[in-house]
Amino acid sequence: MHDGGKILTGLAVFLVLALLPFWHNAVGGTAAAPQPKIVTQEKECVAPRETIRSTHMELLNTWRDTVVREGTRTYMDARGKTVNMSLTNTCLSCHPNKKEFCDACHNYLAVSPYCWQCHVEKKESA
Amino acid sequence: MGHKTEEQLLQIDYAPPKRDWTDPSVDFEARKGTWSYPGKAKNLQYMGFPNPRDWSPTDADWQLPEGWEKIIHDGFKERLEKYRSLKVFMDICVRCGACADKCHFYIGSGDPKNMPVLRAELLRSIYRQDFTTTGKLLGALGGSRKLTPEVLKEWFYYFFQCTECRRCSVFCPYGIDTAEITMLARELLNLVGLNINWVMEPVANCHRTGNHLGIEPHTFKDNIDFLMDELADITGVRCEPSINRKGAEILFVIPSADYFADPGIYTFMGYMLLFKYLDLDITLSAYASEGGNFGLFTSHDTIKKLNYKVYHEAKRLGVKWLIGGECGHMWRVLHQYMNTMNGPVDFLEVPKSPITGTVFDNARSAKIIHICEFTADLIKNGKLKLDPSRNDHRRVTFHDSCNPARAMGLFEEPRYVLKAACNHFFEMPENTIREQTFCCAGGAGLGNDENMEMRLRGGLPRGSAVRYVRDKHGVNTLSCVCAIDRATLSGLCEYWAPEVGVSGVHELLGNALVMPGENERPTDLRGTPIAAREGADHA
Amino acid sequence: MRIVLALVAVGVLAGIAWAGGQSPAMQAFLAIVAPYVAIAVFVVGIGARVIGWARSAVPFRIPTTCGQERSLSFIRFSPLDNPSSSLGAVGRMALEVLTFRSLFRNTRAELKPGGRLVYSSDKWLWAGALLFHYSFLAVFLRHYRFFVEPVPKVIAVLQGLDGFFQVGVPVFFLTSFGLIAGLGYLLARRLVDARMRYLSLPADYFPLFLLLGIALTGIGMRHLWKVDIVRVKELAIGLVNFHPAVPQGVGPLFYVHLFLVSALLAYFPFSKLVHMAGVFLSPTRNLANNNRAVRHLNPWNPPIVGHTYAEWEEEFHDKMKAAGLPLDRE
Repeated sequence: MHDGGKILTGLAVFLVLALLPFWHNAVGGTAAAPQPKIVTQEKECVAPRETIRSTHMELLNTWRDTVVREGTRTYMDARGKTVNMSLTNTCLSCHPNKKEFCDACHNYLAVSPYCWQCHVEKKESA
Repeated sequence: MGHKTEEQLLQIDYAPPKRDWTDPSVDFEARKGTWSYPGKAKNLQYMGFPNPRDWSPTDADWQLPEGWEKIIHDGFKERLEKYRSLKVFMDICVRCGACADKCHFYIGSGDPKNMPVLRAELLRSIYRQDFTTTGKLLGALGGSRKLTPEVLKEWFYYFFQCTECRRCSVFCPYGIDTAEITMLARELLNLVGLNINWVMEPVANCHRTGNHLGIEPHTFKDNIDFLMDELADITGVRCEPSINRKGAEILFVIPSADYFADPGIYTFMGYMLLFKYLDLDITLSAYASEGGNFGLFTSHDTIKKLNYKVYHEAKRLGVKWLIGGECGHMWRVLHQYMNTMNGPVDFLEVPKSPITGTVFDNARSAKIIHICEFTADLIKNGKLKLDPSRNDHRRVTFHDSCNPARAMGLFEEPRYVLKAACNHFFEMPENTIREQTFCCAGGAGLGNDENMEMRLRGGLPRGSAVRYVRDKHGVNTLSCVCAIDRATLSGLCEYWAPEVGVSGVHELLGNALVMPGENERPTDLRGTPIAAREGADHA
Repeated sequence: MRIVLALVAVGVLAGIAWAGGQSPAMQAFLAIVAPYVAIAVFVVGIGARVIGWARSAVPFRIPTTCGQERSLSFIRFSPLDNPSSSLGAVGRMALEVLTFRSLFRNTRAELKPGGRLVYSSDKWLWAGALLFHYSFLAVFLRHYRFFVEPVPKVIAVLQGLDGFFQVGVPVFFLTSFGLIAGLGYLLARRLVDARMRYLSLPADYFPLFLLLGIALTGIGMRHLWKVDIVRVKELAIGLVNFHPAVPQGVGPLFYVHLFLVSALLAYFPFSKLVHMAGVFLSPTRNLANNNRAVRHLNPWNPPIVGHTYAEWEEEFHDKMKAAGLPLDRE
């Protein structure tokens, strides 16, 4: 008794599952990397681009804690400038377009930050 | 042998030794009492087995045949191709250690190579070296070892220190079965003439005379006549079992110890009373006079060879179906191998109890049922008049034999019979019964006297459980459905749980069965007075 | 010694990746060549392994029965621990694979003074193994978000559940903890228990260290030394679409993570990790216990004939005659 049929079926299932991303992309097509749209006139953010890309969530988290728990709203950024610690008034003033900016990468990576449970999304001005 | 006191045997050191397990050396001289004598040349010659010679494990030179390395390598390769079990078991063990303290020999000896995982590694290390690329490349780092005479000696020691009880397999997350590994390792050892006489002699006997004990047909008849005289003295009922009778409805196959030695003979008496009571059209055979099969402890080919006579005889006698008696490893063969090896059984009929009309659908292909299945059905249908008070001097527990438990699942049938036949029945602790039952430590050919120390060590878990119910419930009878158990547990109980005797299930049934025209029975089948009866009336 | 060896092996692999992650030539190897080779070895290797097993026959039906057989109608049998049909065997396998049924039985034997043996239930191994395997599965599935766009809803839901407590930013996943805890337990029992230490091989420590390395670098990248995961996803999507490009600015830690994963995949088919596939082929678990009801066929059943009745009667003829036993040949 070799049970060849059952084993080959099992192997086929294994191949399907193990290589699922390949099949998925072959069927679903390729998606381009996100291009978050920046609409501000400002030339620089509060930290260098690479830092912001990977650690903006930490910065925002620190801001929230500082503002809410300590009542402080002044933040000295990487350039030595002071800025108002505020998602709505600082960040969103340069990036008012949540859908084209925040969501571009967040959706791409299936990240769902809970910023918007408290903050109101700015009316798109552009 | 067996000179060690209980205290000495219980000095078990579970701390692993300094020496790495990959070191194969075994000091046979120092370990006398824990190994079995090798197969005698005459038995190997009779069976046509390779390399017959007289030798001792204490010899420096084991007189391996020319080219033994290649014989083992080729034999291993052949078995990897023939048995998926072996190949998978060699590849997938993760050494999680769940099996370690499940082996009665490990519990009783503390020798780490008795942990099922390491017992298998003894073989696996050679497998890696010989049959896997990574094993070859990594060598010792990858857990490989080279095959040397020392390794073969180690195999001989440890694969004849496993009773193929399958308890480890119950706990293994992949079901790795050390019984299977041991069986195939023993096949390899047999290829170069390494085996034990307590297996080879029964094998040779069985092949020639039809049974392990070498009882020739006229003696078979004499023994049975003698037992029936005894039985008539006790019960006043004369049973006249037929032998080799053509045209009987049923052929009855039993282990030879049942008509040869105490306490199996009382089980035999129980069978005979039952058949007489039912007036069953059943016959014994002096040719198929052994249901047991020491081929199971030798090689698959030998199993088939010895088991050949069962269906061959059924066909010759023209019976319709078969009943098998109380024997453990016999039922491993009858249940898991016989139909495949010696079938198809198209010349018999599906077993149907002539008394109750029950059709044994679970045996519709192999056409053989266990006597406990047969009897439980009779009791359920109210066909037996039983007086369980005739067993009131017995406080009974039941030892699940390894093979009916873990290679069949015969748990409730014998209990059903016991509970009907006895008023005082008590279970041993749950981790020691049913699928978790512990071996008698004398199975798979290890029940010989020279191996007594290891038998007693391996018997510690069973002995400890028996002692527990003896002390707690006053149990004095350990019942079982296995001839090897009946032989080995008697000695084991004497050592670990004195004053507990061993009985077959049908012995106790025979005590309770009220035969038409019988005498007043002052004693049970053993001649032990049923003293408690009067006492019980007054109490 | 065996432990150190395994640790060093994983250390060397990580070191190669750490150093290589900083040189452009090696980056291409680590980000593109190694993953492709690893996936190919994994898939082909597992396939070859399974086919290798399948080529060997299952000559006998040898289930280990762990419950009452199906026999008489008035006796309740155990359909899952002692299945009487193929469907039952499927159920038994499902319990084994999904819930680690056999490990759940685990006991610990202890010898008390006076030779009394006591068995206590010991479910730690079962719990630890279950924790590790299911955490690893969840982590594995979560990574699916890097390979497809748009990310399927089910993966987002899984992530949501996994980060249910919303601790930390980014949210800490329960299964990250589970993975480390499970691996830590499995490693610790090998190190602490003398018996386990005695029987463990380098091949037992190596995958544990490798998996720990993978888990720790992964968690490190998420929570401590963050990596631009948009670039990571671009690489992943590039790989599965066969036009990969070396990602810019992801840092050496990512290369360590990726290379250890590649090593794990390539190591898989040659190691005990094949238990993943092998468990399905174990004849003591995947067969119904119905040998007497349905004949199992052995494809190489050797034509062995035993000692026939005629030969037997020939030898004992006279003795049988004297004893009055019936004879075929007078």
